[in-house]
Amino acid sequence: MKNYLIALLMFMPTFAMAGEAKDLADDPVMERRMINLAEKVRCLVCQSENVASSRSDWSNDVRQIMREKMQAGATDQEIMDILVERFGKSVLFDPPMDSETVPLWFAPFILLVLGIAFLLYQLRQRRAAVPEASLTMEAEQRAATLLNKKEDNT
Amino acid sequence: MKRALIPFIVFLVLAGFLYVGLSLDPREVPSPLINKPAPAFNLPLLHDANKQFSTQDMKGQVWLLNVWASWCGACKDEHPVLMDLASQNIVPVLGLNYKDKREDGEAVLRKSGDPYTLTIFDADGKVGFDYGVYGVPETYVIDKQGVIRDKIIGAVTPMNLRERILPLVAELNKK
Repeated sequence: MKNYLIALLMFMPTFAMAGEAKDLADDPVMERRMINLAEKVRCLVCQSENVASSRSDWSNDVRQIMREKMQAGATDQEIMDILVERFGKSVLFDPPMDSETVPLWFAPFILLVLGIAFLLYQLRQRRAAVPEASLTMEAEQRAATLLNKKEDNT
Repeated sequence: MKRALIPFIVFLVLAGFLYVGLSLDPREVPSPLINKPAPAFNLPLLHDANKQFSTQDMKGQVWLLNVWASWCGACKDEHPVLMDLASQNIVPVLGLNYKDKREDGEAVLRKSGDPYTLTIFDADGKVGFDYGVYGVPETYVIDKQGVIRDKIIGAVTPMNLRERILPLVAELNKK
């Protein structure tokens, strides 16, 4: 008896969700179009997920609104505009390039260029700092013989 | 001496970025609706389904729109703060009971007190969607012309009330 009750409880949430907006979700073509669009939208409640895969309440609502707008004849772009108008560009996984998002797009490259410039500068500084070794004739000859000896050995 | 300072400066810059970056809450998505007209709507009241509220009714007043629900935990945290605010009669606070059951919403207000001038009933969350609500509670500051001036995502606390909401309300009331 107890086990049955537990099993029943486990299925409770499914019961509660079933039937919600079923009529609209029944159209497979529209459902496909909706999922395609929802994949491009960030779930604001669970930010690394998209609306298509998120089970959050908010994402459920957004998917339902997408269905309704599609039913009413809205284009994909119109639906995206509606979302951006209300939630801002951060709902888009692929935000458009404009004055607000330019730093987002170019900051990494600027940092890379600055890094390379700094590295080159450092290397040049170091080369200038290490003096060329100056040896006496005698020392140079000794170095040469040592080097030759080594070469013979190998 | 100068060279030794470089790592220290790099550290300071990094610490600065981290300090700012880590204190930002990525869940707080800035609302594009700030400084835009609040979306107009007509909805029934929570306590009386026959009475309608229209955003037009609030023209000429500075008011707060507090989105809440009986199923929302953080709403319980901010409830006493709103009760306190209501008792001071500084600014009308209108509740938007969001995606709730009428009897659940009413039960909360009956049990723990009603801080709202009136409560609007948004059963399917459509108005909430138009206002860009993605997590309750959220609170909007709306000016006399019906323009959204600020949005607080998350609970109203004595601190953000004192430092953010009330100064803005006072300023908007002067205009």
